[in-house]
Amino acid sequence: MIRFVLQRLLLLPLLMAIFSILVFVIVEAPPGDFLTSYIATLASSGSSIGAEHVEALRRQYGLDQPIWVQYLKWMGNLLQGDLGLSLEYQRPNAELIGEQLFLTVVLALFSFVLTWIIAVPAGIYSAIRQRSVIDYILTVVNYIGVATPNFMLALVLMWVAFAYFGISVTGLFSPEYQGAEWSLAKLLDLLAHAWLPSLVLGIAGTARLTRVMRANLLDELNKPYVVTARAKGLPEWTLVLRYPVRLAFNPLVSTIGWYLPQLFSGSLIVATVMNLPNIGPLLLRALVNQDMYLAGSILLIYCMLTIVGTLLSDILLAWLDPRIRMEG
Amino acid sequence: MAGAAADMSAAEERISVASNWTLVWWRFRKHKLALASAAILAVLYAIVLCPDFFSTQHPERTDARQAFIPIQSIHFLDDGKWSPWVPVAVGKRDPVTLRMEWGTDPSRKIRIGFFVDGPEYRFLGLVRAKVRLVGPLDPEQRIFLLGSDRMGRDQWSRIMHGTQTSMTIGLVAVTLSVVLGIVLGGISGYFGGWIDQVIQRLIEILQSVPTIPIWLALSAALPRDWTPTQVFFAITVILSLIGWTTLGREVRGRFLALREEDFVLAAELAGCSRWRIIVRHMVPTFLSHIIATSSLAIPVMIINETSLSFLGLGIRPPAISWGVLLQEAQNIQTLALAPWLLLPGLLVIVSVLAFNLIGDGLRDASDPYSK
Repeated sequence: MIRFVLQRLLLLPLLMAIFSILVFVIVEAPPGDFLTSYIATLASSGSSIGAEHVEALRRQYGLDQPIWVQYLKWMGNLLQGDLGLSLEYQRPNAELIGEQLFLTVVLALFSFVLTWIIAVPAGIYSAIRQRSVIDYILTVVNYIGVATPNFMLALVLMWVAFAYFGISVTGLFSPEYQGAEWSLAKLLDLLAHAWLPSLVLGIAGTARLTRVMRANLLDELNKPYVVTARAKGLPEWTLVLRYPVRLAFNPLVSTIGWYLPQLFSGSLIVATVMNLPNIGPLLLRALVNQDMYLAGSILLIYCMLTIVGTLLSDILLAWLDPRIRMEG
Repeated sequence: MAGAAADMSAAEERISVASNWTLVWWRFRKHKLALASAAILAVLYAIVLCPDFFSTQHPERTDARQAFIPIQSIHFLDDGKWSPWVPVAVGKRDPVTLRMEWGTDPSRKIRIGFFVDGPEYRFLGLVRAKVRLVGPLDPEQRIFLLGSDRMGRDQWSRIMHGTQTSMTIGLVAVTLSVVLGIVLGGISGYFGGWIDQVIQRLIEILQSVPTIPIWLALSAALPRDWTPTQVFFAITVILSLIGWTTLGREVRGRFLALREEDFVLAAELAGCSRWRIIVRHMVPTFLSHIIATSSLAIPVMIINETSLSFLGLGIRPPAISWGVLLQEAQNIQTLALAPWLLLPGLLVIVSVLAFNLIGDGLRDASDPYSK
């Protein structure tokens, strides 16, 4: 077990190194740099800056150096924990990303928990009461849940809340807690706001998980050991919950590996639509404005979250299922 | 008794001589939902072939005085006789909010017809044509079957053109990833060794990439001055670059399993070339499975394209796609005023649903010998 975890941990820096090159190439790829778009913005607002000033800025940000020097500098700083300076906000990237990163993780985990709380009982119920009315309703809801892009769902919910109830469901905090220090009241406020975006974010996953749970359990319920247990007079619910459900669970756990990372990247769109203080909207702005170090740092954080999410689920799976440990 | 037995054996014989594809079709036919979805997709792809025929006017025709007109429903009968019409929308400015409030004037009707002549367009970009499925009898008038947007453009016609882009992107992107998946997965599985190692590591790296952020970054890297066609192809390539890995893995697994089969050995002994063995003997055994998998991949591509364009980093105006249309619905105040702007989203859901149902049907049918 320990060997397995160590092996995976050793791979991590290598993957991050590959991703850092990939990310740097992507943020470097657009023609022009931050200064060209900065100058264009200035020009459109009527002011202009001199050529010398531009040169000075270019030198200050190191934009005049060859690309590999820029990459090495960036990496060197990153390894020392320095995420660089945002060209647009003129503030350290770490400061910009800080709290938003925390909220990104909270939102994804919250949504993850919500998904499981809903999907597992729903799956169990529709498997046991197969072809009942509720089973059919759940099936229809699941199909629609998978088919709806989550930004669409967010839009519809926001529209209904605004047009019919006159409330706005955007953001993660009430105005009075926006800039406040962390306290219990602020945490409760966060929880009160977070469930709706989490639900929106998790809807497709919930639908898929319910279907997997239902199918797995249906397979198990037809097996002889269930008949034996029933013949021996075990109460139906005890029987189902104690044996087949546990077995049906295993394949479900293996989906965490792709599901958790998916939540991290999926929250980007939901956060943009619902105006959540998440690193998603920050990345979007940085990409559009060619604020390359900010964009690069956020992209790398997404890669990191994805790898760590996969790693966590691998460890969980190896812990649950000894066969996988042996292979590793 | 004898008659029933004869019927049985006749039916069995029919099954035993039927080709693989006939069996697949028989299996597929039993899924009523999948068949209904196939009909829906047939309509959507008819729109893809010629969106102009289905739209009532040019999708870019603007008129600021006709902004945010609500849905005009078609009435088929007039005084109990067949004479389709839509009511005229009459706008009145609210003296307090200065907002345009649209009502209908029941006394004025726009006569419409089916298969009427409208503004000229080119069928498939080649043949000049005028006939449109539905339109006003008087070409000077405009009808808004699904309302109009903030610039007074007809949403019905724009949705038809958006359908063309979005459905095509899904199809092309999946075709590209299927080709990539089969070629790379096939090479990996058939040759094995270090080639296999390299391709497998590549797949692992691509699969641990956070898809949506990387897609966004790649689309943001596209030059701003590219034409809509260039952007269209670039987005397609970007979507398929990450999408091929799942299929690549599956194809590789199949190749690894099939390599040891007797019929492959037989073909080798008979002196078939490698290429012929792959194309004639190996690929057909799992082709139906690939078709099922890719029909489940198309809806994912459609959702991804819509999301990218919605965020402003996918297809860009003046090109029209479902995502571009949904951008109009981004503002909640606008949406409260004009909820019909959400309708393109309904089309996204319907098409994705249809693809998923067909995919499920195909997946069940793809192995007709299983029970």
